[in-house]
Amino acid sequence: MYVYDDFDRTLVAERVAEFRDQVARRLSGELTEDEFKPLRLMNGVYLQLHAYMLRTAIPYGTLSSTQMRMLAHVARRFDRGYGHFTTRQNIQYHWIKLEELPDAMAALASVGMHGMQTSGNCVRNLTTDQWAGAAPDEIEDPRIWAELVRQHVTLHPEFSFLPRKFKIAVGASTNDRAALRIHDMALRLHRNGAGETGFEVMVGGGLGRTPFLAKTIKPFLHKRDVLSYVEAVLRTYNEFGRRDNIYKARIKILVHELGAEAFAKEVDAEWQAIKDGPLALDPAGFAEIAARFHYPSYVQLDDHPPELAAARRADPGFDAWVNNAVAKHKVPGYAIVTLSLKPEGGTPGDLTAEQMDAVADLAERYSFDEIRVGHEQNLALPHVAQRDLPALWRALDAIGVATPNLDLISDIIACPGLDYCSLANARSIPIAQEITRRFRNTELARDLGRLHINISGCINACGHHHVGHIGILGVEKNGEEFYQITLGGKADENATLGTLIGPAVPYAQVADVVEDIAAAYIELRQRPDELFIDTVRRTGVEPFRERVYAAR
Amino acid sequence: MTSPLEQKIKITGPVVVTANRVGDGAVIYRSAEGGWTTALAAAAVATQAAVAQELVKAATADDLRAVGPYVAPVKLTSGGEVLPGNLRERIRLRGPTIDLPTAITLVSVVPQKDHAQI
Amino acid sequence: MRLVKDGQLVEDRYVRVLDDAPVPEGVPVIVTGQRFISDAAELVVRGAPVGVLWPNDRRVAELEPWLKDLSLIGLVFPKFRDGRAYSQARLLRERYGYRGELRATGDVLRDQFQFLVRAGFDSFEVKKAADAQVFAKAAARFSVVYQPGADGRVPALRRRLQSGGAIKARETA
Repeated sequence: MYVYDDFDRTLVAERVAEFRDQVARRLSGELTEDEFKPLRLMNGVYLQLHAYMLRTAIPYGTLSSTQMRMLAHVARRFDRGYGHFTTRQNIQYHWIKLEELPDAMAALASVGMHGMQTSGNCVRNLTTDQWAGAAPDEIEDPRIWAELVRQHVTLHPEFSFLPRKFKIAVGASTNDRAALRIHDMALRLHRNGAGETGFEVMVGGGLGRTPFLAKTIKPFLHKRDVLSYVEAVLRTYNEFGRRDNIYKARIKILVHELGAEAFAKEVDAEWQAIKDGPLALDPAGFAEIAARFHYPSYVQLDDHPPELAAARRADPGFDAWVNNAVAKHKVPGYAIVTLSLKPEGGTPGDLTAEQMDAVADLAERYSFDEIRVGHEQNLALPHVAQRDLPALWRALDAIGVATPNLDLISDIIACPGLDYCSLANARSIPIAQEITRRFRNTELARDLGRLHINISGCINACGHHHVGHIGILGVEKNGEEFYQITLGGKADENATLGTLIGPAVPYAQVADVVEDIAAAYIELRQRPDELFIDTVRRTGVEPFRERVYAAR
Repeated sequence: MTSPLEQKIKITGPVVVTANRVGDGAVIYRSAEGGWTTALAAAAVATQAAVAQELVKAATADDLRAVGPYVAPVKLTSGGEVLPGNLRERIRLRGPTIDLPTAITLVSVVPQKDHAQI
Repeated sequence: MRLVKDGQLVEDRYVRVLDDAPVPEGVPVIVTGQRFISDAAELVVRGAPVGVLWPNDRRVAELEPWLKDLSLIGLVFPKFRDGRAYSQARLLRERYGYRGELRATGDVLRDQFQFLVRAGFDSFEVKKAADAQVFAKAAARFSVVYQPGADGRVPALRRRLQSGGAIKARETA
């Protein structure tokens, strides 16, 4: 993972000093809230229902054990003993006091962490696949490019006051685990016909009130040109993005209103003028960033060590977990381990300080100090020797992160919702909790197979409900919580927006509805191994609609 | 465009003015004495739009102590108790409707007796 | 309004002239973009400095023919959240080579000073007196910058390479 140098550390420390000054000026009245609000937002400080919320960036979802321990410390010292991992690979603290924020930020800065640009009308956290650098199917590590772009857009003097937020994702595999097409801009590494590696550039994705999938505006961009092209896109957006209406201000609206081709032409006109300037990336510049990515010193190991096979035979629980939560690593003898943050009855994505400390210890011992955060709100230990899996599993199980429900119906993605968030119309966490209770039976869950439920407490769609196999959107009707249900969404390389199946259902019925949908799937599927999402695509939503609304 | 301060407030029942405290973000209510309290029982209750308007105006001017004041509905019981008037205000007053993670005991998903010796 | 230039509070020597008013002789004047474009030919030969207050929703490319004749361009931040003038400033400096005074006007607050300087502004109509006092400090808030700007500061990537880079750092560690 990327190692900070003096330049990076200095910048973060100076940011903390700046914010400390801004907080002091707010508390003394020298700054009004109106003036202070955009400043605190640029450090990831929100005001929620009960308290301030601090969103700390975890760039491209990569953390060291030292950093995880500091997250635990901040949770204990400045919050209520836990943190929440989000759908953008960040962490949120929900009970922060403004007065204590500079100290909390200083603590985070000491390990190279910050909340810079996790909010506000600027470029937000660069996200990628949580298996980056370990997955066998990627052509190179996308995180190096994410870091290059991250530095370029950090405190960028021209792009800190865009029309609206701007989210960039980077991918390097044909299997899209980073939900590229729901981002304002996505950069996908791939090889062209001539065997060169470069980027497909997609622009204009985003969920919320008017969901769009990103469109390809440049099928192949040479690596040398990535920063200048990003600059050209941002400059075009800065100039033409709407500023008259907050709901029409994202780049997705601009791309839609101009048309992808016309937008691409504007970008290209700007890009032609700057592509050979100081942003042209030379190999030395790239090598400099790449050199500060440290990779594990893997040991020469065999795949499928006999101890592992024996352990799997001896313990069906362990075997079930390996089948579910352990994925192939590009290096023989190693594995990628996913930690489920979706225990039965729990809050998706939450982790206590004790759990964080334990995960840090395990990462140190079993994963070369490295931890990943995924947009599905689970963690991963990316570099685990297969022979260590039995011992690791016992330890993970002891801290409650070994539920073998990855990608299953109880592996729910949910925003914090009305229990925390001032934007929400309805709660999402208790809905998720009840669903996990209804589907606690592992055999049933396994029989249902891969089934992604996404829950958002409001139309801002932080739970990405539009791209859930089952999407649940909380709305308010006459002071009561109701939920719209969509089916058939996908977040991967075949990204699709879900289809509404009918009128919104009340809070108390949502889990029943999910059970009805699951039952309908079992009846409708052609074979036990026809995935839920494929059944929906084959049959359309009509049979599901009938089943759900028959008695309602 | 009319400033939010000048927009006419319409109320359909008893209301209080609520906000978040600047220093720590805690939920607070405007009191009759022109201060702030965390106790809903001590909040100034307005039953007329003009009164609510004055409360909001004063609260908004108190930018040093309070962020984002607005008018929130309350319910008055026959016993004179002041209760939050909707789910959002209930959550603001009493906290999330779910257990916070630290309150949950970590339970192994595998019953101990099923752990084979591995 | 307090004008900060070269880190100091200064008097504004320019006179703002309304669209329908005659341009006074012998004094530096600022006119609106609209007026400038329609009267450019006369204005640029008037013998005294001429400046233009250019709106943030018109392309600065329109000014290109007169950049050598303009001694001041004022760009506008209607609200500090509206960041279009940052792009305009950089284009004027870096694309079109404008060398005259580039002034930030409108909702200009201290927390934007460093961004403004980096974008190429060299004078500032500062809203608050207190902000004007701390200009020098606020504009130098960050000693490290990650990207090139109009101020010529060397971005971190270049500085790293100049000092031998990570590979050298590893060797000496």
